[in-house]
Amino acid sequence: MHESHTAEHVHHELGFVRKYIFSTDHKIIGIQYMITAMAMAVVGGLLSMLMRYQLAWPQMLSPTLAKIFPISYSGGVMAPEFYISLVTMHGTLMVFFLFTAVLTGGFGNFLIPLQIGARDMAFPFLNALSYWVFLLSCIVIFSALFVTSGAPMGGWTAYAPLSAVPSAAPGQATGMTLWITAIALFSVSGLMGGLNYITTILTMRTRGLSMMRLPLTQWSLLITAILGLLAFPVLLGAGILLMFDRLGGTSFFVPAGIIMGQVPIDHAGGHPLLWQHLFWFFGHPEVYIVVLPAMGMASDILSTFCRKPIFSYRMMVYSMVAISVLSFVVWGHHMFVSGMNPFLGSVFTLTTLLIAVPSAVKTFNWLGTMWGARIRFTAAGLFAIGFVSMFVSGGLSGIFLGTSAADIQLQDTYFVVAHFHLVMAIAPLFAAFAGLYFWFPKMFGRFMNPLLGKIHFWFTFIGAYCVFFPMHIIGVGGQMRRIYDPTQYMFLVPQQPVNVFITISAFILGAAQLIFLVNFFVSIFAGKRATERNPWHATTLEWTAPSPPGHGNFGEELPTVYRWPFDFSVPGEKEDFIPQDVPATVTARH
Amino acid sequence: MPVLTDDRRIGTVPPPIPPGDNGGNGPSEYGSSFPISKGQIGVWILLTAVVMLFAGLSSAYIVLRGVPAWQNIELPSLLWPNTAILLLSSVAIDLARRAVRRRDAQSMKRWLIAGLVLGAAFLLGQVAAWRQLVNAGVYLPSTLQSSFFYILSGLHGVHLLGGVIALVWVLVAALENKITVFNYERLKLCALYWHVMDAIWIYLFGMLLLS
Repeated sequence: MHESHTAEHVHHELGFVRKYIFSTDHKIIGIQYMITAMAMAVVGGLLSMLMRYQLAWPQMLSPTLAKIFPISYSGGVMAPEFYISLVTMHGTLMVFFLFTAVLTGGFGNFLIPLQIGARDMAFPFLNALSYWVFLLSCIVIFSALFVTSGAPMGGWTAYAPLSAVPSAAPGQATGMTLWITAIALFSVSGLMGGLNYITTILTMRTRGLSMMRLPLTQWSLLITAILGLLAFPVLLGAGILLMFDRLGGTSFFVPAGIIMGQVPIDHAGGHPLLWQHLFWFFGHPEVYIVVLPAMGMASDILSTFCRKPIFSYRMMVYSMVAISVLSFVVWGHHMFVSGMNPFLGSVFTLTTLLIAVPSAVKTFNWLGTMWGARIRFTAAGLFAIGFVSMFVSGGLSGIFLGTSAADIQLQDTYFVVAHFHLVMAIAPLFAAFAGLYFWFPKMFGRFMNPLLGKIHFWFTFIGAYCVFFPMHIIGVGGQMRRIYDPTQYMFLVPQQPVNVFITISAFILGAAQLIFLVNFFVSIFAGKRATERNPWHATTLEWTAPSPPGHGNFGEELPTVYRWPFDFSVPGEKEDFIPQDVPATVTARH
Repeated sequence: MPVLTDDRRIGTVPPPIPPGDNGGNGPSEYGSSFPISKGQIGVWILLTAVVMLFAGLSSAYIVLRGVPAWQNIELPSLLWPNTAILLLSSVAIDLARRAVRRRDAQSMKRWLIAGLVLGAAFLLGQVAAWRQLVNAGVYLPSTLQSSFFYILSGLHGVHLLGGVIALVWVLVAALENKITVFNYERLKLCALYWHVMDAIWIYLFGMLLLS
């Protein structure tokens, strides 16, 4: 990039539509991703509220809901098919359209150029295209809620042959076709994003910013993009085969002799387990596509509010690499009860338990970072600590589930529901909240209300534990994962009060998110102005840019990096932080 | 409080900045120097995704080959000349790439056109091979192998069609004399993409033959 070109980049003005809607600016695209994902989260969250209501009071007549959903609540009680649709849509919306989208699409786009000292992504147009394809996939999946035959019912994992035969269930007709289309579009959008993230982080780092001086957020986004690049094409390929099974009469996933609704299905020779293998080859790395950026952001935020360098930066990087490599050889632990050879199962147990090692390295490093620190308990700092808590609580039950002998007992019970919600939903949610409170002043030039932020944190923290911790107990007690009415089995009736407790907690947890939404949207327009560029006294490059950064991010000249991103409380220095672009005036040796 | 004495992290001053260089993506820079261009990385990443797509599908092929219902089909004989045409198109595009390095613009344009014609001929040939199979009474749902054949060759064709579009774009630039020995990265990347598509087809053809 030459000087004249740069000046042009910094100064030219765009109209409203080009600037805020069809923008190629990474910051706008990031915020578009975040707000779209929030809208999908509201839908997905409301669906879970309906599910919880049903689980607590399965037989109760609900005339109000019957008015809103006349077909699904005909007779005043939720139809079982509707419950299965809710399970499917809640999982799909949350895994893909909230977590994957907000963490990589939202924070990835917003933060990558700012933290590496670049003016934009490597391919800005492709980046904008990635958002618009994502939005299209959101519209397609959202429309699946409104088709006459009902929303898809295959679960977010879309197991064949239920997903491969349109006549298998009402929602498996148009609804499932829309599901596959949406997921295919989402994969393509994710690939366009990942292509940008990898290229940008590798080639566009500013002067002095070597790989080992990258903030951990950037490392996590780079590794996540590589995971997505290797995993999403496999899902796309499997989705293509599934679509042909449904529409082209092929039999990849449909075995011979299947009867659906008393009609024999005209397919032969397929292998339903093949779908599970292909899906989970994508699905397990997908878990880390969600968790890794959360880890990276929580690490940087934790370090900032502990005013201490992250404990063992290099091990943090290496453990993320180890987790990502291992994530490709553990998919079989989702299939222990599929009739898999027990010997193969024990291999998957071994690889799964190996992941506990780098995960524990990270956990102890977070604890080491907090150890003896004077922690500043801001909303962002609290949520980062909450992330560690949720990750540990959810991760520990993974050791039980990853062991094939124990998993055979626990498979498809609420123990699994508790595990994956804590580790890959609530923990990343906490990191996303930490990131939103932390980078909000950089995004909009204003602060979110800190008191409301803390209230939001405590309700969410206690609420999440009240919802998901008791699920371990009812899971061990035998409650099945996708059960529509727990009181239909005598042995589950005694633990029904726990279901009621969980539901009430879930309503409180859901209501607490309104505090956040109000705080977020009101603060965009009326929050306290961020007069300082670096209000949290952080060290990374985005804090040297104006709030919000203009087009081109850094004014006339890009910053130069002289140090790693964790120079907090350096002995002998006046301030307790040194931004990455501060040159070393005196030798830092002591 | 940890004392940081590792001077790879603290206090290392980068070497002087070359004049006229404001940082970012220059290959000559300290720390951020990355010897490969954005376009090249972008195409390699794209190719990785394409390879993973076909790797996933071939793993499905290998698994299903073991089921009792597997039935081999007679592959259309047109696939052999098609494969030869695809190989020749790759050769033509590479000759175009070599021509630009010799600064022989005329020869480059000729070879580009030859590559484009051969690429299009391959795609038409694949469609003809499908017709051949249909005339033999073998359809998409007939057997597992025929399903795989149509889907794999179709997906490969779609990817090669992308290559043809890219090649048209390169050819237009070449006809406008925009491709020179100093500026022929798009031709290089197009050739790279084309060669990999070539290799993927040979792999797929081999896999289909060896059942």
